[in-house]
Amino acid sequence: MAFLSYLINGISLGAVYAIIALGYTMVYGIAKMLNFAHGDVIMVGCYTVFSVVSMMHLPVWLGILLSIVVCTVLGVTIEAVAYRPLRQASSSLTVLITAIGVSYLLQNLALLIFGANTKAFTSVVPIKAVKIGDKLTITGETIVTVLACIIIMIVLTLFVNRTKAGRAMLAVSEDKGAAQLMGINVNRTISLTFAIGSALAAVAGVLLCSAYPSLTPYTGSMPGIKAFVAAVFGGIGSIPGAFIGGIILGIIENLSKAYISSQLADAIVFMVLIIVLMVKPTGILGKKIQEKV
Amino acid sequence: MALINTLLEVDHLSISFGGLRAVDDLNLSIKKGELYGLIGPNGAGKTTAFNLLTGVYKPNEGIIRLDGRNITGLRTIDINKAGIARTFQNIRLFKDLTVLDNVKVGLHNLYHYSTLAAILRLPSYRKVERQMDERAYELLEVFGLKESALLKASQLPYGKQRKLEIARALATNPKLLLLDEPAAGMNPQETKELMETITFIRDKFHLTVLLIEHDMKLVAGICERLTVLNFGRVLAEGPTSEVLKNPEVITAYLGE
Repeated sequence: MAFLSYLINGISLGAVYAIIALGYTMVYGIAKMLNFAHGDVIMVGCYTVFSVVSMMHLPVWLGILLSIVVCTVLGVTIEAVAYRPLRQASSSLTVLITAIGVSYLLQNLALLIFGANTKAFTSVVPIKAVKIGDKLTITGETIVTVLACIIIMIVLTLFVNRTKAGRAMLAVSEDKGAAQLMGINVNRTISLTFAIGSALAAVAGVLLCSAYPSLTPYTGSMPGIKAFVAAVFGGIGSIPGAFIGGIILGIIENLSKAYISSQLADAIVFMVLIIVLMVKPTGILGKKIQEKV
Repeated sequence: MALINTLLEVDHLSISFGGLRAVDDLNLSIKKGELYGLIGPNGAGKTTAFNLLTGVYKPNEGIIRLDGRNITGLRTIDINKAGIARTFQNIRLFKDLTVLDNVKVGLHNLYHYSTLAAILRLPSYRKVERQMDERAYELLEVFGLKESALLKASQLPYGKQRKLEIARALATNPKLLLLDEPAAGMNPQETKELMETITFIRDKFHLTVLLIEHDMKLVAGICERLTVLNFGRVLAEGPTSEVLKNPEVITAYLGE
């Protein structure tokens, strides 16, 4: 019974990673860059909900809505201001370093505005825990998180494969030049990708902080990096890959905490990254990388 | 002044890369409905000329007019919207997309629904997607690709990939179609079919076609007029039969 409960908590944590990883993977798949500031967008989303709900005492739905709006605007702005001017840069390292810079900027801005003290985040999930038998409890947060993750995955898959905007994304992902010559606006398409990724980060942030209710300016950074591991694990650039990678990583992390050592859990998660990179660098569902001749 | 029946008017177009004048003082005047050939030895600047016409490169000098409108220096997407579409020398399809979706990418700017309608899968979204499918299938049928619609573009044989590129370009509803070596890698039978297809689509879609080609049979067979480039400069121009008899052109092609 204890195992089942660890497993369920793992899936719940994994679902949050999966939602974050979806953002990572979409941006990587389409803009071909790793947005290491993605985790910090989550943190901004959490502080937005915190400000609206706990400080201003406004309704929860408004907090979530505002958090999504703020993160979306933030994501699009970051892309336009920091990454777009570097789109033609000769080395992808340039954009990567910029992303790390943006990440520190966001963390320090949060530090400046909200201070370093941990804020207690009140769960925004109104559903009560479900008891199965005597020992097994499934929290409302778990139910909402897993459901949200599945819905997001399905909607996103349909959106990318069955809509004009989605097709434009896939076209840009394969060949920016050819897409442009067919009348696709590459900048707008990449903006939309960042908007979607950042909106997902807001959702992930709200769910994460509801399950683990303490908020600091660094709240987003660790889940962000772990979600990156999840995205690589599942095959970066692949939407179902991010989902599978996230869930598996969450389970590994939680079972490690339970049966091996809670201090070593993070180390084990990152060991997974190293092993994946050694054994199957393209991840579970990743595409084979073709060398251009 | 450009005549009313001129579609593409290029005046003194030049571009340099470093010290090399890749295209040097190019003048073109292509009539509506014409099938026009741009030929020349390798490295003569033909593809560079296409890249100038489509806005991939910005010219150092010169003016490009499409249907009387100055399109020099516009962004590629705006040039596409103005009515120029192209294919590529080395095929650049969206390989992981289906044949159908490749064409639907080309239809992107001609059909509209809001992103919200798409997420919620509202009737407006369904209706427009259905219209796009119908249009895309029509185009695929012209090229005999209807049965392959749901295959990935990369699964098509080479000759069909070339045709799909033309279908995708046509989907953007161009006035001027640029074909960059459409017969490259095709066998004589496929080339013959291609010639028929090009003439057919020119008439069916009221197109003007400018094509780069090395296959002289194709050029002589369908182009009404030619411009010959050599080292970025115009070597000869005029009706196809005359240009191909020009001793300078023969020398440039065969060398001495």
